[in-house]
Amino acid sequence: MSTIEHSAATVALERPRKGMSVERAQGRIGVLFATPYTLFLIAFGILPALYAIYLAFTRKGAFVGFDNFLKVFKDYRFWPAVEHVGIFIVVWLVLLVVLVVTLAILVHSIGLRWFSGAMRFIYYIPGALAGASSVMLWLFVLDPTVSPVSWLLQALGIESFVGAVDASRLPIVLAVIAFWTGAGGWIVIMYGALNNISKDVIEAARVDGAGPVRIAWSIQIPLMRKWIAYMVIMSFAGGTQLFVEPRVLAQASRGVVGQDYSLNQLAFLYAFKQNDFNGSAAISLVLLAVAVALSIYFVFKGGLFERA
Amino acid sequence: MNLLRTTVALSAILVAGAALAQDGAITVWADATRQPAVEAFIAAHPEVPVNLVLDDGSSGASGTFQTKISLADQANEGWPDVVFSTQNNDAAWAARENNGAQAFAQVLNEGFLDQAFLDGFTPGALDPVTVDGKVYGLRNDLAPVLFWYNKTLLDQFGYAAPTTWEEYQALGDKLAAEHPGYFLGAIGDAFQGPYIYYWSGEAPIFQLEGETFKSDTSAPNAVKVSNLIDHMVANKTLTLDSVFGANFVASAANLVAIPGPAWYSGALFQNPGGVNAKAGDWVAAPPLKWADGAAVTGNVGGGVWYASSHTKNPEAVKTFLKFVISDTKVAGTGGLPAYQAAADAWLDAQAASGFYAGDFKAAIQTAASSVWNGWGYPNFSPETAWAKVVTPGLAAGKTMTDLAADWQQEMKNEAQVVGYTVE
Repeated sequence: MSTIEHSAATVALERPRKGMSVERAQGRIGVLFATPYTLFLIAFGILPALYAIYLAFTRKGAFVGFDNFLKVFKDYRFWPAVEHVGIFIVVWLVLLVVLVVTLAILVHSIGLRWFSGAMRFIYYIPGALAGASSVMLWLFVLDPTVSPVSWLLQALGIESFVGAVDASRLPIVLAVIAFWTGAGGWIVIMYGALNNISKDVIEAARVDGAGPVRIAWSIQIPLMRKWIAYMVIMSFAGGTQLFVEPRVLAQASRGVVGQDYSLNQLAFLYAFKQNDFNGSAAISLVLLAVAVALSIYFVFKGGLFERA
Repeated sequence: MNLLRTTVALSAILVAGAALAQDGAITVWADATRQPAVEAFIAAHPEVPVNLVLDDGSSGASGTFQTKISLADQANEGWPDVVFSTQNNDAAWAARENNGAQAFAQVLNEGFLDQAFLDGFTPGALDPVTVDGKVYGLRNDLAPVLFWYNKTLLDQFGYAAPTTWEEYQALGDKLAAEHPGYFLGAIGDAFQGPYIYYWSGEAPIFQLEGETFKSDTSAPNAVKVSNLIDHMVANKTLTLDSVFGANFVASAANLVAIPGPAWYSGALFQNPGGVNAKAGDWVAAPPLKWADGAAVTGNVGGGVWYASSHTKNPEAVKTFLKFVISDTKVAGTGGLPAYQAAADAWLDAQAASGFYAGDFKAAIQTAASSVWNGWGYPNFSPETAWAKVVTPGLAAGKTMTDLAADWQQEMKNEAQVVGYTVE
């Protein structure tokens, strides 16, 4: 949801400059729009993060350096969780970038207005379901005894629900669920980005004899670079925090999907099973550090803050 | 997808729970199976307002109870007055101080409940919730493992009912050869392997001595159980389906016998969505044993009611606990009540209904008094390791013999992270 607000803000920034008074009025409205967000960000984002930093370096109130981190790194569940989340993110981001860009370009090239609109609407629908409820739906799809596509599952060699959530298939299953819920919103955003590309450029390319594939590869995708980088950053940050999907799968599979599958689940177990809020905070800080580092990389690589 | 959202949601639930509390009211956390009992209390005691919060009762070792109490401890408010849990190892953490917050579970003997009431429990029923002589919870029902068999089918096939694990395995061979498709049990739920087979088979795989956790899947009895499971999974007389799953229900007419807890009575046999047994077909027999072993059995849960040490309405809590534990209509909630008088009434009613052939009452009583006491109650469950390692392993075609060492390692790892010494 916040992704949409962000993109709206970015679109507003890219509007051509007009008179000073309009700018000031816009500025005021901007502040009005941004204030509640900022307040919530401080209350539920920044303050908890500061508290986590405090917790991660202390134990019973005393400073302990990196002890909490070392304890977490030595935990037998930590590295498997890193691996699970890592594989999931790679599968998901590749799926997301390739399919979202392809689908957005395809939908954008549809001449029929109503059809293109209908397709965007349909893509967006699954995004209206919250994480947990979409997993509930997938529980039925993935169980061969009740699935409407059980023939497909059986063709893939999946005989039971336990088989469907087998460790080797799980990253793909989670990536498909995440793609299904999240991709629609991104397709709509990419569609907006495609609309920003001047028709003259496309027209000129067409006159020069470029086909749709050539136009997509040499004009549309390079001009969408910022948006793709933006999507990768937001999705990466969300993906490292994988929690609800494996948690619900853990409940539904009666524990076959471990309660310690992802890093955030491990942080949850530390806090609420082991009563170790310090270790839990250490895990969240590791996640924060990795997400910030990779975001910085993509911001510069994607030229997100360059003026067009 | 993000922890922040979850935390906000959980805090909102806690705040809402606190706001609902009114003067003299008690908040009760229980699962859907216990809902009728709580509603019966509300009807019988209109003077005590009850705010019922439904959760999963920590089934499948989900840890819901502990998670929510940790949050309340951290927030320093929002504790319930009474909690029901399907696990009987919660006393391991609820009887202790956590991060400076007082132990959640109220000590129920030593003056809170009168000793005469506590003496009314079946002997040994409160052992899993007793730490250093202090009683921290009240068992809702007893769940000793019995041997259930379909007399009509066995007579029709001309087989005798087994009384030992060896005969049980031999019956599997005969069925597989002469009546393929008929079967003798399930191992698709995480509780069956550890509690019904290993615990009943007297296998030392989940033991606690002081603060030391021990598990030995290579001990003679453990190996015998592993071989039994492998043999019967291989000849398809043990199914890998969950007894609560659609596949099991669809094939329930082919179920010839099954070792399982007393609560299978209500949850499986007399359940239209389960086996939906015909009156007179099934017999509850005393538990199976090894031919050369002691007559012992396992235990599958049997819920526990806890009172909060934070409660502001101890009198209402006492009234509630006494009602759900000893009222003959609700006690035990479908299983064998842990309270002796209620248990007698339940057993007599079951016997009088004639639903089960054979001596139902004697079988249950034999089982209830022979639960093997070598099994431990640490602050984690063997079910999580079983579900994570063994269930997917068996589904992928591995054998218990292949998986036993990994299962043991996973349990030891779990023991270590929650603070036990591991041998």
